[in-house]
Amino acid sequence: MSDAFGVRAWLRVWPLLLILIATLLALPILVIVGFLFVPAVEVWAHLIETVLGDYVGHSLLLMLGVTLGTLVGGVGTAWLTSMCRFPGRGFFEWALLLPMAMPAYIIAYTYTGLLDFAGPVQTGLRELTGWGWGEYWFPQVRSLPGAAVMLSLVLYPYVYLLARAAFLSQSLCVLDVSRTLGNGPWRTFFTVALPLARPAIVAGLSLALMETLADYGTVEYFGVSTFTTGIFRTWFGLGNPAAAAQLSAMLLGFVFLLIVLERHSRGAARYHDTSQGQQSIRRLPLRDWQAVAAFGFCLAPLSLGFLLPAGQLTVWSITVADQRLDAEFARLALNSLALAAGAAGLALGLALMLGYGRRLLPTQPVRMAVRTAGMGYAIPGTVIAVGVMIPFAWLDNSLDSWMRAHFGLSTGLLLSGSLVALIFAYLVRFLAVSLQTVESGLSKIRPSMDEAGRSLGLKPREVLREIHMPMLKGSLLTALLLVFVDVLKELPATLILRPFNFNTLAVRAYELASDERLADSAPAALTIVAAGLIPVIILSRSITRSRASL
Amino acid sequence: MTERFDHLDPNPPARLELRGVDVAYGETTVVRHVDFMLESGTLGCLLGPSGCGKTTLLRAIAGFEPVSKGNILIRGHCVSEPGWTLAPEHRHIGMVFQDFALFPHLSVADNIGFGLRTFSAPRRQTRIDELLELIGLSEAAPLYPHELSGGMQQRVALARAMAPRPDILLLDEPFSSMDAELREQLAREVRTLLKREAITAILVTHDQFEAFAMADQIAVLNQGAVHQTGTGFELYHQPADRFIADFIGHGVLMPASVSNSGQLRTELGRAAGPESPFLEAGSEVEVLIRPHDILYDEDSPREATIVERAFRGAEFLYTLQLDSGTEVLCLVPSHHRHEVGERIGIRLQGEHLVVLPNAELGPSSGSRSDSGAKPDPDPDPSPGPGPDSD
Repeated sequence: MSDAFGVRAWLRVWPLLLILIATLLALPILVIVGFLFVPAVEVWAHLIETVLGDYVGHSLLLMLGVTLGTLVGGVGTAWLTSMCRFPGRGFFEWALLLPMAMPAYIIAYTYTGLLDFAGPVQTGLRELTGWGWGEYWFPQVRSLPGAAVMLSLVLYPYVYLLARAAFLSQSLCVLDVSRTLGNGPWRTFFTVALPLARPAIVAGLSLALMETLADYGTVEYFGVSTFTTGIFRTWFGLGNPAAAAQLSAMLLGFVFLLIVLERHSRGAARYHDTSQGQQSIRRLPLRDWQAVAAFGFCLAPLSLGFLLPAGQLTVWSITVADQRLDAEFARLALNSLALAAGAAGLALGLALMLGYGRRLLPTQPVRMAVRTAGMGYAIPGTVIAVGVMIPFAWLDNSLDSWMRAHFGLSTGLLLSGSLVALIFAYLVRFLAVSLQTVESGLSKIRPSMDEAGRSLGLKPREVLREIHMPMLKGSLLTALLLVFVDVLKELPATLILRPFNFNTLAVRAYELASDERLADSAPAALTIVAAGLIPVIILSRSITRSRASL
Repeated sequence: MTERFDHLDPNPPARLELRGVDVAYGETTVVRHVDFMLESGTLGCLLGPSGCGKTTLLRAIAGFEPVSKGNILIRGHCVSEPGWTLAPEHRHIGMVFQDFALFPHLSVADNIGFGLRTFSAPRRQTRIDELLELIGLSEAAPLYPHELSGGMQQRVALARAMAPRPDILLLDEPFSSMDAELREQLAREVRTLLKREAITAILVTHDQFEAFAMADQIAVLNQGAVHQTGTGFELYHQPADRFIADFIGHGVLMPASVSNSGQLRTELGRAAGPESPFLEAGSEVEVLIRPHDILYDEDSPREATIVERAFRGAEFLYTLQLDSGTEVLCLVPSHHRHEVGERIGIRLQGEHLVVLPNAELGPSSGSRSDSGAKPDPDPDPSPGPGPDSD
């Protein structure tokens, strides 16, 4: 394949370029890890004495809550929709993914508006019963358990997706064997199907937990101090970047454990996949109260995680539409759109370079570079922001002082206060998304297809144009869309790195909500949710398609 | 690109010549000094066990791998020599891949027409229709590859490669994903197609029955070197060395000595020796005993014990143990039914015995020759462990 595309000269520079890209993208993480060796004793003494216990404890409790919530919601719904037959099953199969469109911070303040003392639920309750303030108990949404519920409501689809795939791929024979050995369907579920699907479920759970650790908006809004809010406060409150970086490193440690867990489980999942060929699934028919229960069980996460909050946001948006859909909103939308489109385009370009690099030059350094470049997705936005801010600020300061010393003029904050820093952070975090999509697209173009094209008289660049491009089109579009939406939803990195006075939909929605102007924030939030539906639609379409082939 | 088609119809498909070709991956030479010649319009085959270098050699002929020694000539023009390789798209070759490599984004008709870009639209359509009819898939023209069965995909891949009327058609294990029963039949079908279009083609396979069914001329490769070239008949009846004797068909090599009168003395009795340079009086040789060389004979004083019996319809294939412990195979018409453990009389029918020089002079005992590539006693064209990935 050394001259696969007749670009020998290019191929010599390419690996170096790829390694350079990977190093740049790894820089924020390297900086964070490097700060482990910078002493910040006083701040740490203070942190340990005061809030560190809270950070660790709260983060762990939150993870525990999300584990429970997503397992019950995700595995339960996956089992019902894949193995049972009841009215509405086909609808729930894809609709259960809808909550993925809902960013956690948006659902959090929507429920606050719904369930607060002044919200419609408590007001209605008081009107119904005649109780007054303080005369009844009502659960406090803005609390740690509340945050766990909010996060579970939007993160259970990760578990649902992977568990569902695992259940569907299980060989029917294995389940049949269990039935012939005298186990009923429910016993078969607990003794055979569930253990077989466990690796996939654990993989889905670790993804949900990574998102939990990365969450900033929900916990900040609910006043629950965790790692991410702690990093924010240490940086901006205590003004200590070193300690913020070290806290980030601690958080990275947790994330790393989850990555290891996820990788390991995925490996095991392959091992557990006993299916041979695809058989059509015979779903267990549910009747009467069973069907009603199954319907309710699937409807609950869907309505609580999507229908209800989306409905509330719509109602709010309509009430404020005439005041809020103004020039400011248009500017916000334009900012978000441009930022997301730019980052998505850049990410796609890099992903193509890396993907083709690995295809044409599968050497050890190139493979390493590609893997490194795809690492960022697991890393919380807050951590990436800190890791980007520190080196960029240092670069700005050095440049500024050098320019002042030599030319007597100040360059100020060239990089760290600009969109460059923000887009770079997006690339670090979201390149993995487009890289994965591009690579899976490329993997469908088998090397023999290149050779078939060549043997039929195509020149290398014609192979690219006539075989690769038509076959990759769909993947490229998907890659663009996925990054676009991810950037649109991203909150913490944007909050930290955005240039002064530069606002996006996500930031503005969050700011307004923090000021208790929930209704005013609704149009921006609803726009984000609507955009978030795009990847959900892509996902559910691929589900429908795979179902058609079953 | 025009020169590709400017010699279309008036010219017969051309001759392929390999002269002392070596192919190396880095430091490792995987194909060593291969000489091979394929005349216009004939069907050749590179046959050998997995990892023998046959696919590498085919890829070198296609231009996907450079040669490190020797050269490759198509139609008398050098297309590969050390340090220079004519790009595959300029070689006027067609190739059928193991996984077919049909383009999933194109319909059957567009797949077949893919290599006809320089044709005018009507000529292109005519050629596509012609090939669709040839492979019997005219109604499948608008379908997409994923809607076809494996056998249909295979025929489309063949038609796509044949469409531009290549000088040489290369087939890389084209039947390996098919059922064992289908392979020979498909191989014969493909042979008929290729002969009808008078195409020069090379097939790569590890399956000797596929090779016999399709090829005029077979080159047997092992560990990167050609051991023998010939027709299937020649390979079976006149194996050049132990490897060929082992690899082609069933048989047992048995030590023999040559008597003064030129006869072969074996454990199974005497037999007339063929014309052979090894047959000096008194020399030690080995003879290849095929199952049909041993006859069942109730009256024969020479007896052997049945250790295994396999029913083959018209015949039984018995595995017999001689008194010396040597095991031989024997085909007996299936109305002679005997049980395992029984002793039966046998006789050597020594008319076409194959004689080889004795490899391990001395007290050698006949070795079961099917210890290599083929499981015994099942002579079915058993698929190899997997696709040949050399």
